[in-house]
Amino acid sequence: MLQATKNRAAVTVFLHLSVLILVIMWTLPTAGLFISSLRDKDQLAVSGWWTSLATSQQNLVGRSLDPDKQIERDGRYILSGNVFEEGTGVVSAFGWQSQNPAEFTPGVTAEMRKGQQLTVQPDGQYEFSSPEPWTGSRGKRIFYTADIPPRFTLDNYREVLSSEGIGQSFINSLTVTIPATVIPILIAAFAAYALAWMQFPGRAILIATVVGLLVVPLQMSLIPLLQMYNGVGAFFGVGAKGYLGIWLAHTGFGLPLAIYLLRNYIAGLPREIMESARVDGANHFTIFRKIVLPLSFPALASFAIFQFLWVWNDLLIAMVFLGNGEDELVLTGRLREMLGSRGGNWEILTASAFITITVPLLVFFSLQRYLVRGLLAGSVKGG
Amino acid sequence: MEQILSALLVMLLGIAGCVLYFVGSNVLLDRIYSIEGKSPDAASRNLRRIAMIRPWLFMGPALLALGIYLVYPVFESLRLSLYGRSSEEFVGLANYLWLFDDEEFRQSFKNNMLWLIVVPALSTFFGLIIAALTDRVWWGNIAKSLIFMPMAISFIGASIIWKFIYDYRGEGAEQIGLLNAVVQYFGGDAQAWITVPFWNNIFLMIILVWVQTGFAMVILSAALRGIPEETVEAAVIDGANGFQIFFKIMIPQIWGTIAVVWTTITILVLKVFDIVLAMTNGQWSTQVLANLMFDWMFRGGGDFGRGAAIAVVIMILVVPIMIWNIRQANQDSGAR
Repeated sequence: MLQATKNRAAVTVFLHLSVLILVIMWTLPTAGLFISSLRDKDQLAVSGWWTSLATSQQNLVGRSLDPDKQIERDGRYILSGNVFEEGTGVVSAFGWQSQNPAEFTPGVTAEMRKGQQLTVQPDGQYEFSSPEPWTGSRGKRIFYTADIPPRFTLDNYREVLSSEGIGQSFINSLTVTIPATVIPILIAAFAAYALAWMQFPGRAILIATVVGLLVVPLQMSLIPLLQMYNGVGAFFGVGAKGYLGIWLAHTGFGLPLAIYLLRNYIAGLPREIMESARVDGANHFTIFRKIVLPLSFPALASFAIFQFLWVWNDLLIAMVFLGNGEDELVLTGRLREMLGSRGGNWEILTASAFITITVPLLVFFSLQRYLVRGLLAGSVKGG
Repeated sequence: MEQILSALLVMLLGIAGCVLYFVGSNVLLDRIYSIEGKSPDAASRNLRRIAMIRPWLFMGPALLALGIYLVYPVFESLRLSLYGRSSEEFVGLANYLWLFDDEEFRQSFKNNMLWLIVVPALSTFFGLIIAALTDRVWWGNIAKSLIFMPMAISFIGASIIWKFIYDYRGEGAEQIGLLNAVVQYFGGDAQAWITVPFWNNIFLMIILVWVQTGFAMVILSAALRGIPEETVEAAVIDGANGFQIFFKIMIPQIWGTIAVVWTTITILVLKVFDIVLAMTNGQWSTQVLANLMFDWMFRGGGDFGRGAAIAVVIMILVVPIMIWNIRQANQDSGAR
């Protein structure tokens, strides 16, 4: 008996542990991205994000004040300040030549050329002094090794939102997503009702067609539509790429899933309600508006979430049907561009990527119930 | 801001247009075939006509959009695949013959087959395991929610997340990519993983598995919960252990759902494009059909004949699943 209890406890521990490991495996990648996006970019470039809470030793190069800020003291010209412009750290070595960046220990006075001197204190205070006035337009370089405490900052976000165009792309993505999510819903709901509750020849074939269209690869549509858009654009003398085109394209591509989901749901509504309404003299249009539409809210919400996530996350259709201009490039397209141009700048990539995934993650966590319900309605069949 | 306002305006206009169409056309229909003040014969004739026309009014916009955006393009792509690069001269099967001789196409096809085996298998496997495990711990719902989360992330976002994990800094530098750090910790050598042929395919597939496992988990978890408890209880009474119950009692009852999950992921895999484009753009032998198709669509001003031919190949791979789905759906509605 005791043995059995022990065994059960071991199994329970094993169970919790394996679930924990799986959860960590699935969340760690995103966590790494998020933590990295908050790190100081110099630290991010030289140490892994898992060390972000530890003090790191870095070899850095700083510059003194510009020579025009020098002061004169006791006949010598002084440039002084702190190498840690913001934040803190502990200097463990410094130097004034790039070949020998850790030549001196802090507190020592380093002799440079022509009687010039450099001193760096452990807390980062430095002082250049020279018998002659300092010349040149830029400050002097200081090489130093320092233990930098972990530093977290929102600078990366500030930078990508202002100078990398993420802010504008965010607006572009919203511009694409909002109409492309809402417009298909009503169109699909009417069609779904007709396919579920109206009798007419060809209904079975239409349902089968919708199921078939669910899996048609978008690749089949790209070239003909591109040609059609070019033709239409030329006919009206406007560009072939634009928001109207992509709204319609997303509407068309979203419809099979919308009709399928909504039809399954609407067909499952109780027959008695429909029939009693018919007996009361309501026609199909009234039934749809007064009974079906309000009752189908959960299904409509499920589809809206799907469509929102799909449109927001889409890259392919945006690349084909939208231009590359500043006022049309959506977030996914911008990320793709950055992967090419800013491939090694992880502070920019991580912050940008995190901004693009915040909206879908918010939608996901707040409306997960509907999403799961929709997935189940869309997939569990024949099981 | 202005742009979003105009998007909202378009949305409202779209909705208003739809409402106007649906209300207007139905009112019009009722007017034209009015039954008021008609003889019983004429009234019933009109009622029949209304019943005949109304479904098509309801479905009109949807059918139009489906026709333009999906049905017509399928046939047009088939036709274009028989034409030259600018769709002017008829070339017969030349595009297809060229495809089967093209090294890059064959590489893509092989890779796609690998994707088709690995990704659905691993996603379904992990999804099943996680579904079975999380149902047995009290914080299972939180765990599921976290594992499901990658579903909300775009492929391109996921690619950046994983590119960061696979990141490689030159020799001697401290590795900031998780994979290389782990490899070094166990005494291995850091490498630029996504440039190592064959294995880099696997590294790209892991991204999709990471995204899709949550989907498989959600569906399979619902299916596992739907298993009648009596069957499990009977097995317990007969002295079956946990593994036997899982593999011999539970799995056979959810085969149908496993098949649905598998085929759904298979379809997705055939269309995979963003991940390859973002990670390697087909370099280092990682090309896949969807990315190759996209490439030919624009390469050197675009070769629509070859692009369409590649699209048709993807379509042909989808067709068996399409037929299976349709038959399944027909059975379902027959049973209702």
